Amino acid sequence: MSETVLRVKDLRTQFALDDGVVKAVDGVDLEIGRGEVLAVVGESGCGKSVMARSILRLVDKPGRITGGEIWVRDPAGGGLVDLVPADVRTVRQVRGKRIAMVFQEPMTSMSPMHTLGNQIGEAILLHERVTKAEARERTIELLGRVGIPAPERRVDAYPFQMSGGMLQRAMIAMALSCNPELLIADEPTTALDTTTQAQILELLDSLRRDLGMAVMLITHDLGVAARLADRIAVMYLGSVVEHGDTASVFRAPRHPYTKALLGSVPKLGSGSRARLTPVRGMVPHAYQRPTGCPFHPRCEEFMAGRCEVTVPRPTAGPEPGREVRCLLYEDGGGSHKNAGLSKAGDSAGDGTGDSEGDA
Amino acid sequence: MVTATDPRQATALLETRGLTKHFPIRQGLFGRTVGQVKALDGIDLRIAGGQTVGLVGESGCGKSTLGRCLLRVHQPTAGEILYRAPDGTPVDLAALDEQGLKPYRSQIRLIFQDPYSSLNPRMTLLQIVGEPLKVNLGLARPEIEERVAELLRRVGLRPEYMHRYPNAFSGGQRQRVGIARALALSPRLVVADEAVSALDVSVRAQILNLLKDLQEESELTYLFISHDLGVVEYMADEIAVMYVGRVVETGETDALYARPLHPYTEALLSAVPDPAPSSRRRERIVLRGEVADPSRVPSGCPFHPRCFYAQDRCKTEVPALREIAPGRTAACHFADQLQLRGVGE
Ligand SMILES: Nc1ncnc2c1ncn2[C@@H]1O[C@H](COP(=O)(O)OP(=O)(O)O)[C@@H](O)[C@H]1O
Ligand SMILES: Nc1ncnc2c1ncn2[C@@H]1O[C@H](COP(=O)(O)OP(=O)(O)O)[C@@H](O)[C@H]1O
Ligand code: SF4
Ligand code: SF4
Ligand SMILES: [Mg+2]
Ligand SMILES: [Mg+2]
Repeated sequence: MSETVLRVKDLRTQFALDDGVVKAVDGVDLEIGRGEVLAVVGESGCGKSVMARSILRLVDKPGRITGGEIWVRDPAGGGLVDLVPADVRTVRQVRGKRIAMVFQEPMTSMSPMHTLGNQIGEAILLHERVTKAEARERTIELLGRVGIPAPERRVDAYPFQMSGGMLQRAMIAMALSCNPELLIADEPTTALDTTTQAQILELLDSLRRDLGMAVMLITHDLGVAARLADRIAVMYLGSVVEHGDTASVFRAPRHPYTKALLGSVPKLGSGSRARLTPVRGMVPHAYQRPTGCPFHPRCEEFMAGRCEVTVPRPTAGPEPGREVRCLLYEDGGGSHKNAGLSKAGDSAGDGTGDSEGDA
Repeated sequence: MVTATDPRQATALLETRGLTKHFPIRQGLFGRTVGQVKALDGIDLRIAGGQTVGLVGESGCGKSTLGRCLLRVHQPTAGEILYRAPDGTPVDLAALDEQGLKPYRSQIRLIFQDPYSSLNPRMTLLQIVGEPLKVNLGLARPEIEERVAELLRRVGLRPEYMHRYPNAFSGGQRQRVGIARALALSPRLVVADEAVSALDVSVRAQILNLLKDLQEESELTYLFISHDLGVVEYMADEIAVMYVGRVVETGETDALYARPLHPYTEALLSAVPDPAPSSRRRERIVLRGEVADPSRVPSGCPFHPRCFYAQDRCKTEVPALREIAPGRTAACHFADQLQLRGVGE
C-alpha cells in the first residue's frame, strides 16, 4: 500500500445511556493509503457514522471513545500521531489540514443565513493566512473545481437557492479548502438522483486522480462502493466483518453477511428476475447485542453450539489484504468448516424476509 | 406471433390519453397567475391488468404528479384517465366529480414513500389498517379485527401487533403496515410511489419480494414509481421513462434495458451504480446539468440541452412519442438511427 494516511486499530466508541450501553463501534481496524478509496458498507445502525465521527473526534455527547488508536499523519510534521489521546489543538490541526468530512445532508452543515462565498471563505481564512479578497478568489476557484457552473456568480448564492446536487458540490468545495489528504464522505449521494450521484462520484474520482486525495466513502449502496472503491470494509454491529479489495470481495464474498447483502441487490441487466435473497430479519436493537458472533441470529450458515458462544477473530486470506471475521474460516473449523463451505455455494437461502415482521 | 403473456395483448386496466396537469404559479397580493408549472404535458400511458408498469425519471419529472392524478388527488388540467371497471365498462376518471369517483376510490390505492410520516402515531395498527374498512365498507368491529389480522399476516406481521402503535416498529415493518392499509379494500391497481426508497438494502429486498408475492396471490396491477432503475428492472414488466412532464420512451423491460431507444434512457441506465464486478470497467455517460425546470421547458426536444446526440433540428422541432419497433415507442427524432448502449450482456 502507498503511504498510510489513516490507520485505525481496535477502535471502540460507546454511548452510556440510561437504559444501557450502546457499543456503536466495537473494535474497528482499518487502514487507508494515499490516493486510495476505501468504501465502508453495511446497513443503517451498524456504526458507520459513529466510526467516521470518532476519527475526527466529533462524537456527540453521551458518546465516548473508550479504546483503540487512530493514527494520522502529524500536522506538526514528521511521522504519525494517535488522535485518541491527542490534545484539542492537534485534533483541530488535523481537521484543518489533513482530514475533512462531508455529510449526507448538505443543508444541515451549511448556514441558511450566509452565502456560499462567506461560508467557504470563512473556512479558508480559518486555516490560511490570506486576505478576504484572496479567500474569495480561492472560493471561486474551488467552486469551479467541483463543477459548479458560473462560480463567480454562485459564490454569492444562498444555500436555499441551489439544488441538492449543487449543494453537495459546494460542501465538497468547502472540504477541499484545507487541501485534505483524506476526505471522509458519509453517504454523500444518498439523497440524490442517480444521475446527480454519478456526477458526484465522478467528481470524487477525479479529486483522487488529480490531487492524490484519499477517500473514505461511507455508503449503504453496494453499487456506489463498487463504482469507486479500491478496497471495501463491510461493517456489522460496530466491527469490520469482511475486508479486501473491491473486485475480489464482490466476486467471491466470504462472510455470510456480505453474501446476503449482495443477494439483496437486483443485478442490473440480468433480465432473469431471479428472486432476491436478502438478509433475514433486521439489525437488532442497540441494547440487544447478540452473544458470540453478533450476526448469528440472521446467519444462513449458523452453527449451533459455536456461533452463539464464540466471538470470531479476524482470519486472513485467501488473497493478500483480505480478512474475514467468521468461525467458518477459523483454524479448527473442522467438520463445521466443511459443512459451512459446501453450503456457501447455494447462496443465502430463500430469504423470504418474514422474520423481519415476526422479530 | 405474440404469446399469451405479451403485455401488449393483455387488456388495459387503465389508459391515459393526453393527460395534462399544470400548476399555476401565482404572485403578488391578488395571486395573479404569472406562469405554469407543466408537471404533466400530454401523457399517454397504458397499464395492462395484472402487470407492473415501472415509471422512471429523475426527480421533478412528474412521476408523483402522474400517480396523484390517477388517484384523483389532483384534478387533471386536461386529458382522459380511462379505467376499465370490474364489469368491463370504461370510465373516464378525469371527468368524474367526487360523488362519481366514490365507487372507484377503493379500487385504486397508494403506498406512500415515507413509512415514518405516513402513519398516524396516535393510531394503533388496527385503527390504521382498519380505517378504510370502517369508512368505505362500514364493517363492524369484530369483522374489522378479523380482516386486519388477516391483512397483517399477509404482509408478514403478527396479528397480535394490531394493538400497538407505529413507533414500536422499524421502517421496514411500518412499510408493511402501509402495504396492509393499501390492500385493505382489495384494490385492483396499486400505485407504489418510491415505496422502498427510504429503506435499507436488505429490508428493501424483503419488501420487494413481498410486493411480488402479493401481486401473484391477488392478481394486482402495480404502477411502480421509482428513481432506482435496478429496483424497477426487478419489479416491472413494462417501463415508461419520463422527462419533464412527458413520456419519452416505453417498452418491455428486458428489451428497453438491453437496448434503449431514447438518449435519456441510455444516460439513466449508464448512471446506475452496479455491484457486479464486470460493470466496474463499464464506460459511462455522465449526464450534464440538471432536469429542466417544468415552468420553462426548453424549446424543441426538452432534452436537447443535455443530449449528447442533439442536432440543430432538436432545438426547434418537438419530437412526438412514436412507435419505433413493435411494442417500443420513443420521442426522439433519431430513435431509429442511434445505436444506444444498454446494460447486461
Ligand atoms: N447520539 C447517539 N446516542 C445514542 N446512540 C447513538 C447515537 N448516535 C448513534 N447511536 C447508536 O449507535 C449505533 C450506530 O449508529 P450509526 O453510526 O449512526 O450507524 P450507521 O451510520 O451505520 O447507520 C446505532 O445503534 C445508533 O442508535
Ligand atoms: N402541488 C404542486 N404545486 C406546484 N407545483 C408542483 C406541485 N406538485 C408538484 N409540482 C411540481 O411539478 C413538477 C413535478 O413534480 P413531481 O411530480 O413531484 O416529480 P417527481 O415525482 O418525478 O419527482 C416539479 O417541478 C414540482 O415542483
Ligand atoms: S461465525 Fe457463525 S453466525 Fe457468524 S457469520 Fe460465521 S457462520 Fe454465521
Ligand atoms: S430529439 Fe434530439 S435532443 Fe432529443 S433526445 Fe433525440 S437526439 Fe437528443
Ligand atoms: Mg450513518
Ligand atoms: Mg416523486
